[in-house]
Amino acid sequence: MTLIADAITRVYREEWARVVAGLARRLGDLDLAEEMAAEAFAVAVERWPADGVPPNPGAWITTTANRRAIDRLRRESRRDDKQQEAQMLLDDSPPEPVGVIEDDRLRLIFICCHPALGVEARIALTLRLVGGLTVAEIARAFLVQEATMGQRITRAKSKIKAAGIPYRVPSSEDLPARTSGVLAVLFLVFNEGYLASAPDQEAVRSDLTSEAIRLTRLLRVLLPDDGEVTGLLALMLLTEARRPARVSASGELVTLDEQDRGAWDARLIAEGQALVRERLVAVSSGRARPGRYQILAAINAVHTSARDIRDTDWSQIVALYDQLAAIDPSPIVVLNRSVALAELDGPEVALAVVEGLELDQYHAYHATRADLLRRLGRSVAAHAAYERAIELAGNTAEIAYLTRRRDQLGRPR
Amino acid sequence: MTQYMMSVYGPADYAEYGTYPSEEAMKQAMADTGKFNERLQEQGYWVFANGLAQATTATVVDGQGAEPVITDGPYLESKEYLGGFWIIEAPDLDVALRLAAEGSKACRGKVEVRPFQG
Repeated sequence: MTLIADAITRVYREEWARVVAGLARRLGDLDLAEEMAAEAFAVAVERWPADGVPPNPGAWITTTANRRAIDRLRRESRRDDKQQEAQMLLDDSPPEPVGVIEDDRLRLIFICCHPALGVEARIALTLRLVGGLTVAEIARAFLVQEATMGQRITRAKSKIKAAGIPYRVPSSEDLPARTSGVLAVLFLVFNEGYLASAPDQEAVRSDLTSEAIRLTRLLRVLLPDDGEVTGLLALMLLTEARRPARVSASGELVTLDEQDRGAWDARLIAEGQALVRERLVAVSSGRARPGRYQILAAINAVHTSARDIRDTDWSQIVALYDQLAAIDPSPIVVLNRSVALAELDGPEVALAVVEGLELDQYHAYHATRADLLRRLGRSVAAHAAYERAIELAGNTAEIAYLTRRRDQLGRPR
Repeated sequence: MTQYMMSVYGPADYAEYGTYPSEEAMKQAMADTGKFNERLQEQGYWVFANGLAQATTATVVDGQGAEPVITDGPYLESKEYLGGFWIIEAPDLDVALRLAAEGSKACRGKVEVRPFQG
């Protein structure tokens, strides 16, 4: 019985996106596709325990969902549906080749992450239609009411339909920009999991990080030649690898320099570093210039290859941040670079860089300043900076860490 | 094919050169918009387009009662009003968005793309 339940869960994880994506193409209706896919899995839950798992479970689900869709259209028997039914019965052929890469799942990802949809809607749609998370799960992950999340998804689906957002892979000319939009959505999901921003939340939400990794793996299967897709996957793996060491038993964030490196996940590090090496070879041999995710992945590869914080190759990290700053001149990149710079040239040099940045509303800016001031023995200023960082931080473990650091300072007089 | 309205909004009060900073800027925008309109026609997207007179020239009519009530001025008080629009016919939103980007560049304004029903 549990074996069957496990099988259904596995098939669901593996086949959901493919089933929804195929139905969406044949039906021309995301809503109906989603509903029929869900029904087909419900039928599986009912029947498989008695009948056994079919030899090709994915095909069984697709066939069941197709039959249900035809039944539904027949019942409703509106004229345009009749026409659609006829088309659906005929259309078993592969889709017409319009995009660069032909895979229904890729179309599904691009439609969910379309730039005409709001960012929150993109995230929700991607998790629902591609990831197969339930509306309740997504609502819980983003701390909104289930009804609110349901409405967000419904509204996005109606916009897709009414505005005519096409179900296709973008043309090769638009592909890089659109892919980077998809990566941004996946990275947002990952980051929300890795540094949950809300109070009263677990510090690390492994459900979200692992879902983001799973979806990025899928995207890499679909777009194997896109260096940024590989870069983002590597970045996620190398970040996720450190998760076991990131929060202490007492629920406090542990910074990189204090982490138990023995607790890092060696398997994820090996996989992530192999991907970084793959990109290094591609970049050094060809015209492709590394984008932001590849550079961030490389930075994380340097961190994870040091067995001890003292073995970290800081000059390499600063050089990579310089490369990043050249393509992304945002003050956040400068701030992150300054952390490495402090190790290379000392906290005074780093502080001089940090002080000029206009990031007053960003907690990490104050946390970085606080740490640099503390190391320079400027306790009063450090205390004030910790206060501000605590005020702005949302993550419970980070607040606990910052509070301890603040309280370790001598009391300002 | 779906029909889309591509609307351009501008300030309530027109200056000497409408919504443009100078005569040259106005002429250039008009010329570019004219060329864009020609392209729309050649490529079969064109349904209709025109610019509107100032919002102060608008009149609101409520004919729901026994006698129509006529009010001077636009329906909503605002700092910005619809200044003109295109109606195009395109196969999907991606095409409409690409055309909107071209139109926006030509007329020097932001363009709102909105599908018509059915």
